[in-house]
Amino acid sequence: MTLNQYYYCCSGIVKREVFRFFQQRSRLFSALVRPLLWLIVFAAGFRAALGVSIMEPYGTYITYQEYIIPGLCCMIVLFNGMQSSLSMVYDREMGSMKVLLMSPLSMPFLLCCKLIAIALLSLMQVYVFLLCAQLVDVDISILGYLTAAPAVFVIAFFLGALGLLLSSLIKQLENFAGVMNFVIFPMFFLSSALYPLWKMQEASIWLYWICQYNPFTYCVELLRFALFGQLNLTALTVVLSVTVITAVLALISFSPKFSKQR
Amino acid sequence: MGIVTNSLSFAYGKKKALNNVNLSLATGFNVLLGPNGAGKSTLFSLLTGLTQSVHGTIQINNIDLNTKKSQIMSEMGVVFQQSTLDLDLSVKQNLFYYASLHGIAPKKALENIDDILAQLSLTERLDDKVRTLNGGHRRRVEIARVVIHQPEVLLLDEATVGLDVDSRLLIISYVRDLCAERDICVLWTTHLMDEVKPSDQLIVINKGEIQAQDQSSKLCEEHKVDDIYQLYFALTHNTEAV
Repeated sequence: MTLNQYYYCCSGIVKREVFRFFQQRSRLFSALVRPLLWLIVFAAGFRAALGVSIMEPYGTYITYQEYIIPGLCCMIVLFNGMQSSLSMVYDREMGSMKVLLMSPLSMPFLLCCKLIAIALLSLMQVYVFLLCAQLVDVDISILGYLTAAPAVFVIAFFLGALGLLLSSLIKQLENFAGVMNFVIFPMFFLSSALYPLWKMQEASIWLYWICQYNPFTYCVELLRFALFGQLNLTALTVVLSVTVITAVLALISFSPKFSKQR
Repeated sequence: MGIVTNSLSFAYGKKKALNNVNLSLATGFNVLLGPNGAGKSTLFSLLTGLTQSVHGTIQINNIDLNTKKSQIMSEMGVVFQQSTLDLDLSVKQNLFYYASLHGIAPKKALENIDDILAQLSLTERLDDKVRTLNGGHRRRVEIARVVIHQPEVLLLDEATVGLDVDSRLLIISYVRDLCAERDICVLWTTHLMDEVKPSDQLIVINKGEIQAQDQSSKLCEEHKVDDIYQLYFALTHNTEAV
């Protein structure tokens, strides 16, 4: 196999995911409506109750809307990762997964291409959301827009790999509803997406520790700093580490040894 | 050239699906005949590497499937019993996607596609969504897809089941012509007797075991029967076939 062949394969997988995404217009719509509702309705209501004091990386007091922007961006990436996972389960049920598995190119490469596609779609949705967020007076600098891109990409890789891992474990489409209850909601709510960890600590110490060990917290913090043109090295290290671990597990779960019949 | 399996066995838990299957298929049109649940789809799954065999070996074009799967996949085309097309994409997008998975440039793929679609009377449907096609056309798209990369081994699992007569005839004659023109190895799985020709290599499988394997006319002579239906009944004692 030549380098060109790898390129054609990767571009084919990415194009397919993009085509499918735009075919399903409701997916794009709901991807934007969900975080916008949180930003406009939920955050507006909590704005008065939850003023956020000075904390890193913010140099001054900020509004609650500004605080939850990184969390909502990560929410978009999380939902997109799980949606891709759902589409993998659908592909397996409909049989089209076999086409991917019959490729002469290696499985790690194919899954990596899938992750690139997921990450690109996440990136696009996050940027559309950030542009919409300008309407509610959330200001992000040009530098913030630029530095957010690699952060979103890394986070999307992690959450995409998690989605792939879940898709290999979920055998039927009907069982996917459980992902909402057992993965998406706990990951999102038990993180620093909606409240700073020190607020969690004030409320409950054990909740605080759960949030501390939730990798999604580090995704949110990585993006929070990136939107301010800063690098949170701890968050990056954690996110990169869990990405590698999850991707390896996803890869193992897709090998024929671990799936007798797809 | 062809497919060789040695002592191939497979079980789903305690239920044996294949038992000591020894196959030797050369280039040409090979028909695998067997009733539902005989083990045909399991054999397909093993031959395509989607399921890994625990007992026995599989060689395709003299290459061991477990050690050089990637090389084999580049020389193999498979049509599964269940449709594997992406319904939300157009015919063209489906074909390009498949070509890209085999590392074929879009320009080169287009050259191949034009020719193949013309032979399968599908040229006018190129930009249509697969969802809008009927069963016969969808099957043709699947056939078109698996020959884009010009495989040397073609596996088709009940490719004509549930189709109208025209589509069945077109598909089977296309595959037969392709087999003769390119001298490739075709494994055609079916339970439809009328698809078997006297000159075809016939393999009859039942309850996970190979019952007979030879040229179909020779097998009829050997078992002193007049036609494939009688041969099939004699070997499997199954009356489901039509």
